Amino acid sequence: MPDGDKKLDAKARYSAGVLEYKKMGYWEPDYLPKDTDVIALFRITPQDGVDPVEAAAAVAGESSTATWTVVWTDRLTACEKYRAKAYRVDPTPNNPKEYFAYIAYELDLFEPGSIANLTASIIGNVFGFKPLKALRLEDMRLPVAYVKTFQGPATGIVVERERLNCYGRPLLGATVKPKLGLSGRNYGRVVYEALKGGLDFTKDDENINSQPFMHWRDRFLYCMEAVNRASAATGEVKGTYLNVTAGTMEEMYKRAEFAKELGSVIIMIDLVIGYTAIQSMAKWARDNDMILHLHRAGHGTYTRQKTHGVSFRVIAKWMRLAGVDHIHAGTVVGKLEGDPATTKGYYDICREEQNSVSLETGVFFDQDWASLNKVMPVASGGIHAGQMHQLIHYLGEDVVLQFGGGTIGHPQGIAAGATANRVALEAMVYARNAGRDYLAEGPTILAEAAKTCTPLREALDIWKDVTFDYASTDAPDFVPTTSVS
Amino acid sequence: MRVTQGTFSFLPDFTDQQIHEQVQYCIDNDWAVSIEYTDDPHPRNTYWEMWGHPMFDNPDAAAVVYELNECRKVYGSYYIRIIAFDSSPGWESIRLSFIVNRPSEEPGFKLSRTEVKGRNIQYSITPYSSDKPQGSRYK
Repeated sequence: MPDGDKKLDAKARYSAGVLEYKKMGYWEPDYLPKDTDVIALFRITPQDGVDPVEAAAAVAGESSTATWTVVWTDRLTACEKYRAKAYRVDPTPNNPKEYFAYIAYELDLFEPGSIANLTASIIGNVFGFKPLKALRLEDMRLPVAYVKTFQGPATGIVVERERLNCYGRPLLGATVKPKLGLSGRNYGRVVYEALKGGLDFTKDDENINSQPFMHWRDRFLYCMEAVNRASAATGEVKGTYLNVTAGTMEEMYKRAEFAKELGSVIIMIDLVIGYTAIQSMAKWARDNDMILHLHRAGHGTYTRQKTHGVSFRVIAKWMRLAGVDHIHAGTVVGKLEGDPATTKGYYDICREEQNSVSLETGVFFDQDWASLNKVMPVASGGIHAGQMHQLIHYLGEDVVLQFGGGTIGHPQGIAAGATANRVALEAMVYARNAGRDYLAEGPTILAEAAKTCTPLREALDIWKDVTFDYASTDAPDFVPTTSVS
Repeated sequence: MRVTQGTFSFLPDFTDQQIHEQVQYCIDNDWAVSIEYTDDPHPRNTYWEMWGHPMFDNPDAAAVVYELNECRKVYGSYYIRIIAFDSSPGWESIRLSFIVNRPSEEPGFKLSRTEVKGRNIQYSITPYSSDKPQGSRYK
């Protein structure tokens, strides 16, 4: 260790003036994180000439107790305990200007059960800190003691399936399109056709709230007529995500209460309502037997670029703590950003009891979820029936597959589009369970199913060439290599 | 109409060989397979009658298919489903459920609307067949 990184004695440490962060105690290369510590992994890009260790120590300092100068009032506190400790700085595999900084935080730095408090520290002031060009929160390890202070998903995958009486296959949904402009009456028509045709859910889009063309009560009333008609037509439990996002908590509660009064099984909120509002709605959902769908509106502003912001895997962890039941987590094959390995990491965070370190999927820490319910990931955006084998292969069984255009854009109508998706799905799950190599044989399996299902035949024909093959902006840093034995 | 509850209701009805394949998949996953029947297909009728207990520790799908055919001899005009239970931690619930027998005619469900305050409507769904007493609903 270079001489300048050594700890100072108390007199030198607390003399008035400015001191490097690493000398103030925010760099402890020998520190062994405790089981009860919160650990954050940052990708740091220091300004030219800034020592990466000092930059890591500065991040630790600014996200915990430090300010820019020495303050004597530290000595009135157990300041050693409250200082976050950068304990490891690694070069990143692919970019010499970026480093991974591991920082441990004492549990007592955080209020129990508050995402707002956690994030105010971890992604507070520190992201605007001048000595850094860029800063990205890549992953977090949340100790069991802290996880247990959160409610977690209001319903969870297991109970959601029990309520819907739907097992053994992904759930099917569609977002009503066009996303803006339909009247309540016309909107409900889309819901009815899609649910009657075979979907489990339809969905409001993120920006459908209460606009001049359709106020929220109209939408709720017509949608529930559609849901009940479809349920009677099929004998199945059906739902539509009624978006209760609004300008105030009072208004959201009002809309949620009305959804409950009408017998809806599910409501929805947008990520932009904020962490505290999400936690409040999750509590409401638990108290009122309601499944809570979260649309991750806005996340792309801070999750997409690899050098700066917050990785979506961290957002997924916060949302599991905060207590949502559904979260949009990528499709791999659709129109929106999502490298397959990175997306798998998100899905694992939503669905596993315990995550193990898996650098190739971007998961940097073991994470015990301490029996918190599981979140159902939602795959939405540019997917269609012809990709069913890939969707099941990449995303598994506990997922909502949402085909918006892939349902409503069907040449024979919305119900036919829904039927095509449902038949494709059931045929693929059937083939998988029967032991077929469904990924390789996917197109054959779909063609076989289409022999007894004209809507599926038409869907396969019209969308057969649609793919979205662009380079990902957020792929993992580590690629597995085959070892030679 | 066709009641489309269960994992495979949009596919043509399964042969016994196809049922065998799916049951074996469940058994290979260490799930206990059970047979249940009902003449009340209401979407929220959770508890269909059990044709015996779930078959714990049964290694052979043929035993389930045999029991299914025994059940069909008695309740051939009813809905019969296969259900697989997973007892592993974090699940402890059903993992697969599919209908393997259905009445030759399915009259469907009546949707009743009760207009309440404002424009609100309270809905209720009733199987047409449930007008008749249990046991005499389907021929």
